[in-house]
Amino acid sequence: MDRRRFLQGSLALGCSAAASPLVAPVAFASTPGDRRLVVILLRGAMDGLDVIRPVDSREWRAARPTLSEDASAGADLGGGFALHPALSDLAPLWQAGEMAAVHAVSTPYRDKRSHFDGQDLLEAGIGDLEEGLRDGWLNRLVGQIPGARADLAYAIGRERMLILDGAAPHASWSPEVSLLLTPQGQRLLEFLCAGDPLFGLALEEALAVAESLPGQEDVRGRADHLRLADFTAERLRGEARIASFSLAGWDTHARQDIGLKNALQRLSETVLALRDGLGPDWDQTAVACITEFGRTFRENGTGGTDHGTGGAMLLFGGAIRGGRVYADWPGLGESQLYGGRDLLPTRDVRAHLGWMLAGLFGVSQTAIERQVFPGLELGPDPGVLA
Amino acid sequence: MSFDPALAEIRFGTGLSPRVPPPQGVAEMVDSLATPDIIETTVSVPPFPEAVLYTHALRQLRRENRMAMGTEAADETQARLMTLSQDAVELRRQALAATYIRAAETGSGMRERLTAFWADHFTVRAKNFLTQHLVAPYIESAVRPYIAGPFSLLLKQAALHPMMLDYLDQTPSAGPNSQVVERRGGGLNENLARELLELHTIGVGGPYAQVDVRELAELLAGVVWHQDDTDPSYRAQQAEPGAETVLGRTFSPDARLSSVMEALEYLAVHPATAAHVSGKLARAFVSDAPPQDMVDEMAAAWLDTGGHLRAVYTAMLRHPAAWAPARRLVKPPFDFVASALRALGLGQAELGALPADRAWGQLGVPLRAMGQSWEEPVGPDGWPDEPAAWVTPQFYAARIAWAMATPDRLMDLPDPRDFVGAALGPLGSPEVQRAAAAAETRAEGVGVVLASPDFQRR
Repeated sequence: MDRRRFLQGSLALGCSAAASPLVAPVAFASTPGDRRLVVILLRGAMDGLDVIRPVDSREWRAARPTLSEDASAGADLGGGFALHPALSDLAPLWQAGEMAAVHAVSTPYRDKRSHFDGQDLLEAGIGDLEEGLRDGWLNRLVGQIPGARADLAYAIGRERMLILDGAAPHASWSPEVSLLLTPQGQRLLEFLCAGDPLFGLALEEALAVAESLPGQEDVRGRADHLRLADFTAERLRGEARIASFSLAGWDTHARQDIGLKNALQRLSETVLALRDGLGPDWDQTAVACITEFGRTFRENGTGGTDHGTGGAMLLFGGAIRGGRVYADWPGLGESQLYGGRDLLPTRDVRAHLGWMLAGLFGVSQTAIERQVFPGLELGPDPGVLA
Repeated sequence: MSFDPALAEIRFGTGLSPRVPPPQGVAEMVDSLATPDIIETTVSVPPFPEAVLYTHALRQLRRENRMAMGTEAADETQARLMTLSQDAVELRRQALAATYIRAAETGSGMRERLTAFWADHFTVRAKNFLTQHLVAPYIESAVRPYIAGPFSLLLKQAALHPMMLDYLDQTPSAGPNSQVVERRGGGLNENLARELLELHTIGVGGPYAQVDVRELAELLAGVVWHQDDTDPSYRAQQAEPGAETVLGRTFSPDARLSSVMEALEYLAVHPATAAHVSGKLARAFVSDAPPQDMVDEMAAAWLDTGGHLRAVYTAMLRHPAAWAPARRLVKPPFDFVASALRALGLGQAELGALPADRAWGQLGVPLRAMGQSWEEPVGPDGWPDEPAAWVTPQFYAARIAWAMATPDRLMDLPDPRDFVGAALGPLGSPEVQRAAAAAETRAEGVGVVLASPDFQRR
């Protein structure tokens, strides 16, 4: 992107430049390093107990008569766990130490089991929703990285990404959009947006991103999730170091055998497209797939599962110390369940994320506990990074 | 701050039109809600009982097609299946065009807006190809006729509609001690019960707990959509024996649909429902931060009238904040495109003449990039109202791209300077006037007017 030309252009037109995150205090000299982070939000509540399956557990088999039918079909992960068969294409990553799972974890969200509140809390990264939402934890992370520029962190796709909302500079784009304006059309719109900061900033950032895009490739026919992965990889190979997007389709109340398989297939293709797109930079990359909560321990009456509590986070990338399930396993006996119905979360998922962020970007533990995830006690380092 | 005809059309309706005069007062606006506008009958969307026949026919044809495999009849059944499938896809696309034309020509923009508001409040999504054409017919049959009556009636129609039962997995849900479960297993599914409390009635901040979700799910068990029906029905064999207690009220132990209806009537007039839904209406129509006394007055009207929606709308429209000159909200993508068509004077004659695939390509597909895929909201909470959710760089870029190119493909464009008056009336600012006059081409002039914050906001 020709930033200088862009800045001069917008300053000359007086289009709310001072307030723009793209021109917020910028230290061009410093670089944020080579490590890359992708956070994929799995919206709808992924069933951790079906993805990373405790196949040795008699209770698990008994509670899930339908869902455990193909229990022997997935890759053995060791420690009594097996991979859902729809993720079999990722098993080589597990073998290579580029995939791991963190199990029996959750956000602090409890009991009401609303997707929307659950996702808000997951993205806000705070302890509860009582004081409302202000910004997302990925945005607060960016705030801790010295010299962060707007194109350091990208929210990608059509979903709202609270996780990257906030005061720190960030960019957002959707790979399907193209913006072609004549110079006069651009000037007139900038003039009209000058008095409306919401539109002014959106326009300014849209023009900046549109200018930085490589030539329009013909991507018709490429599925949405792959376009997200392609665009993410393209940005991360350039200036960006942090990216987040979301994949939906995890709310498997009925016929989970079909629904979860489809969602996992898309996830599997997404991860492989990221790896292929990142090329040599895959070694410097950590991908964290997180979800708002887990699902009920027992299969429900319709071959699915309902909203639960504890679940799993999936990790990928060369920066991950993979090939293992990180868990303080609570057990699945009646008395070991949360509320008699859900997998008991034994650790806050933000602890694993926090240690990961500290390691990837050199952010201090204090900053993680006070700024990124305020109120969190990090506890011992689970060592998820290679 | 008092009634203003241009604001009435822009904020509470589908925008200004060069053809249709705006309403002259709050009474006229509210009165217009009770009966369909003429355009709703001349441009029709098939009612659900009619549209669902396609589902039955498709299912039947699929069966025949499977039976015919390997026989001489295979090619013929396959061809018939393809034709019927295309017809069903076309039906969905025609409903999009019809919804635009109604918005563009109606004399009661608020009827269209309220229909969309309640369709969003009671969001459904088609789960598979067999039902992909049924969302608009659901709205036509279960939402549109009930927008100006008691909320309880709308709630019963929408929340128990076959499309909702399908979307939120209600049909297979059976009480843990029901006859069906004892005979052949299965059990409860909480999905509809949870959204009924969290979204449709008392709201996530309301006074309920997991046990209320569970009890309501047990009460709902037995409400099913049988494949070949057009209405929900009740299967007592799936019902949970005994009474259920929801929010402190115990409902009849008799397993029948009327017990479920009683519960919905109770929820419909619960004070938490009045407060939750009134606040949502005010945030959708007036401001992302409506004054509390406006919401309180709406909720009071709700409780005074047993949830009569016209009284609630009247309370909203009688409050001075309804007419605040500052336009704080942003039109969601469909409303933006619809109001652009209306301002351009494109209606049934022009849009109705477009081939369905062209209308879909110009008016349906672009909604995706603007963040509002037609009939495909992400979850049962529907589309957001907050302005910031719609004005991201990528979404705004998609709006600009549409504004600059699409109207030019649809018509001989008006002079941009005249168009400012048609689109914004007395609310058009001198800046928009200047920009419209300074554009190099008509397409660009009309484009900057449509893409301007003045036109985007309401």
